[in-house]
Amino acid sequence: MSWACPAPVQSWLFPLPVRVCAAGARPPVLGRVPEGRGRCRPCLGQGSEAKAGRTDLIFLIRFRHCCLLRNQRCILAYLYDRLLRIRALRWEYGSVLPNTIQFHMSAEEVEWFSRYKKSLATYMRSVGGEEGLDLTQDIKPPKSLYIEVRCLRDYGEFEIDDGTTVLLKKNSQHFLPRWKCEQLIRQGVLEHILS
Amino acid sequence: MQGTKLEIPLWLAKGLHDSKRRIISVELPKIYKEAWRTVFSADATVVDLHKLGPYYYGFGSQLLNFDNPENPEIAQTLLQTFISRFRHIMDSSQNAYNEDTSVLVARLDELERALFQAGQKGLNDFQCWEKGQASQITASSLVQNYGKRKFPEMDG
Repeated sequence: MSWACPAPVQSWLFPLPVRVCAAGARPPVLGRVPEGRGRCRPCLGQGSEAKAGRTDLIFLIRFRHCCLLRNQRCILAYLYDRLLRIRALRWEYGSVLPNTIQFHMSAEEVEWFSRYKKSLATYMRSVGGEEGLDLTQDIKPPKSLYIEVRCLRDYGEFEIDDGTTVLLKKNSQHFLPRWKCEQLIRQGVLEHILS
Repeated sequence: MQGTKLEIPLWLAKGLHDSKRRIISVELPKIYKEAWRTVFSADATVVDLHKLGPYYYGFGSQLLNFDNPENPEIAQTLLQTFISRFRHIMDSSQNAYNEDTSVLVARLDELERALFQAGQKGLNDFQCWEKGQASQITASSLVQNYGKRKFPEMDG
């Protein structure tokens, strides 16, 4: 399944059906709905009439209730799918998402992402001894400490652990430590070459 | 209006169905009826399930929600059809490497297609491992799909 970039969220769409659902989810016969939920007045009217004994309206109430529940299900399915893709981004891409992606995420999703990152970081620190264990590294079994990489686009200076810097220019090839390059390869800056 | 026949979506029928109140009664689509059930029991492997309704198994399972005297037979048919077709799907998905599989999946319903894809993925992963590519780090699918859209502001 390819992880498409989440489409822009039309956040003004969501408050409407969800608010209606919250009101409509109460058993209609109670008929007690806060005044502000104007959209549910038809439900409210029918609810109290049903209470008054007009059982032929039960069908209509039930029908409307079904429709609301379905809308709610569809919306939740969509939002949940987006959330799963955003979560996958943390593992596949890294902890900093490109601006073009962030632009398409709603404020709640951005917050969810940062809380997920924090949660993951806390967990990784608690596992594997003192310094913790970076679980997002070595997703594919490593064969050697150093790997051959080719640069796919101009990136600039890159510092390695022993202090030396490498200039990453397009099409230049380097022999670098695996753990430093992994994230850059995943982000598409470098390309892993197998000999 | 009492006695009217309508076509409504499944979710609506499920919501309105109530064995106590009898608001609606459900009529089975023809592929779940007696006539087609005998076709399935004769030879299920040649049936074009994609044309008959791409969600044969899923929809059939949902139909069992409505009180219908034929439910046990429907359930049995669904199961037997699946059993007889499964072997063929598994075989073909595990042996079609780097080929055009459109003929193989043309007559499968959606559930079967998902199974086929799972089989193909397993096959491809295995072949990748055999070629020694399993340790190659690849760009994330996000980058692969959106490589055309440059990320100029991405400073890492």
